[in-house]
Amino acid sequence: MSILVNKNTRVVVQGITGKEGSFHATQCKAYGTKVVAGVTPGKAGQEVEGIPVFNTVADAVKKTEADTSLIFVPPPFCADAILEAADAGIKLIICITEGIPVNDMVKVKRALRGRDVRLIGPNCPGVITVDEAKIGIMPGFIHKKGVVGVVSRSGTLTYEAVHQLSTLGLGETTCVGIGGDPVNGTGFVDVLPLFEKDPETQAIVMIGEIGGDAEEKAAEFIKKNVKKPVISFIAGITAPPGRRMGHAGAIISGGKGTAAEKMKTLEAAGVKVVKNPAEIGAAVKQALGR
Amino acid sequence: MNVHEFQAKSLFAQFSVPVPRGKEITSPEDATAWANELNTPVFVVKAQIHAGGRGKAGGVKITKDKGAVAGFAKELIGKTLVTHQTGPKGRQVHRLLLEEGANISKELYLSILVDRDSGWPIFIASTEGGMEIEEVAEKTPEKIIKELIDPAVGFQAYNGRNVAFALGLNTIEPAVMNPFIQMMGNLYRLFMEKHAAMVEINPLIITKEKTIVALDGKVSFDDNALFKHADVQQMRDLNEEEPLEIEAAANNLNYVKLDGNIGCMVNGAGLAMATMDVIKLAGSEPANFLDVGGGATKETVAAGFRILLKDPNVKGIFINIFGGIVRCERIAHGVIEAAKEVKITVPLVVRLQGTNAEEGRKLLAESGLKLDVADDLWEAAQKIVKLTGKAA
Repeated sequence: MSILVNKNTRVVVQGITGKEGSFHATQCKAYGTKVVAGVTPGKAGQEVEGIPVFNTVADAVKKTEADTSLIFVPPPFCADAILEAADAGIKLIICITEGIPVNDMVKVKRALRGRDVRLIGPNCPGVITVDEAKIGIMPGFIHKKGVVGVVSRSGTLTYEAVHQLSTLGLGETTCVGIGGDPVNGTGFVDVLPLFEKDPETQAIVMIGEIGGDAEEKAAEFIKKNVKKPVISFIAGITAPPGRRMGHAGAIISGGKGTAAEKMKTLEAAGVKVVKNPAEIGAAVKQALGR
Repeated sequence: MNVHEFQAKSLFAQFSVPVPRGKEITSPEDATAWANELNTPVFVVKAQIHAGGRGKAGGVKITKDKGAVAGFAKELIGKTLVTHQTGPKGRQVHRLLLEEGANISKELYLSILVDRDSGWPIFIASTEGGMEIEEVAEKTPEKIIKELIDPAVGFQAYNGRNVAFALGLNTIEPAVMNPFIQMMGNLYRLFMEKHAAMVEINPLIITKEKTIVALDGKVSFDDNALFKHADVQQMRDLNEEEPLEIEAAANNLNYVKLDGNIGCMVNGAGLAMATMDVIKLAGSEPANFLDVGGGATKETVAAGFRILLKDPNVKGIFINIFGGIVRCERIAHGVIEAAKEVKITVPLVVRLQGTNAEEGRKLLAESGLKLDVADDLWEAAQKIVKLTGKAA
């Protein structure tokens, strides 16, 4: 078992003929992911590493039964790409692109509301179910099949946590990057119940950062609904207010969204909060009594 | 990106949001000329810097004497204002806004931004205009009025009525009800069309003449959408930005200057923040946030070094790279090459992990460069803190 994606997931890569798109489509396929199609308007009939390219997502879905989309389209055209995937009947849209205007995402999120489709990202590393499907830009080799579910707002910081989990022999089930933008498709509260239900996941690592109140919402949810141990790190205890720390969503504004406040709220909800990012793996090990 | 008050107000005027008659001035001569043209009973001279708290710092002058305007302009241009938002160094004033005064009957607060929880635009309003809105929210949360706008249909008149009645405008001054509702619709259009991150009017005033006027204005824009708006890009004032941050942006680096003395160079925003945090845990303070991004090359590493070393506070450098797509041996080559071009005068700790980490570490160890190599994050942080001495 796992969440969101597995060895049967059929992926279409939007923007597959671009530099990023072709490189990562190839990497995902090499990991064992079923990358069944690519889309670049006007380039139908071409192939990328044996993956057929179509003009539209609708064509790709019709010919290949793709059910999941991985998006590398540049920011100005990304809202369009997400909506195209949704209209073509794609059920899971994973958007890697960084730098999409917030107001574009406002409209996209509203348009997807109430529809049977899940958007992950944008501005995220993607989703990986270890040894089954890598749908994103994370380095596959640092992962090891195991028992920990990882959900995170960050990219490389997630790799850091995963590396610790793998090195300590705990391993991961599925790792989900929800992205660093202020308006995104999927939040911690959407992923936590999936891990709670997944029989293979024994513990959950949640990596948050300054800005917004996604961690506070997660704390409320965990308190009521999550029995499995949750271990969390919140980046940005040293971040000054009012400055955007790389991610568009990582900003303390109006005194809200500080790391200290988030840690306090999570601790009150029974989450094991680690202050030192080098100790995430060790804390999970301890929580699992290993 | 932030803009000045005079720029925010010219945008308001474009979108039919009422503002006082006023103009940007950069010299006492300008001031006299515009004061003559304004010909108003009360003149207001406001220093234009990207920070709040200007009034308390002496950056706002009010006079009935037309002849005094040039003197105020002379006094303010070139002056350094220190407010609670500028930090102790303050900000130098390069331009002023000279505008007509207003007869204030009541001060309100109004802003619009994106509510992160719902992902919808939200208006925030309060009868407590002229105060810090955070303070109002903290002390009297019942005085904060919120109204979400459905982005599928945009602003509707009922959204405006909800806010107007909640503010009690029907009893405070019924004559401004409709102008207020119209103004909210105009602000919504400005917010969406120009891809603003936030529009704030504090105070929004009701005048004794029963009109509604944006007496102050603050607008910030979504950096990700600037490519759509050449007019907004032109409003950028480099005087208001940290020179090292401008240089970093020109090199596609994401850099934020801080006050500590350990310079950090990291790939990825989350890991960059975590690296700053771990430096603090080890007993020192980070000098900066620096994300070299996913495509770090020899050139970006060299540019990173140059920027870090220009900060006189930097007493040591900590490079923390988790190789994913970025391969560590390339970073190691980058460090070695960059060290040839840029003289590194402070202790350097390099922590490489992930793709080809071992190869990278070996390259560094054999390079003859004076540096420490680490593979564990905590070990590396402790090393650099030890080498630079704890924060004073």
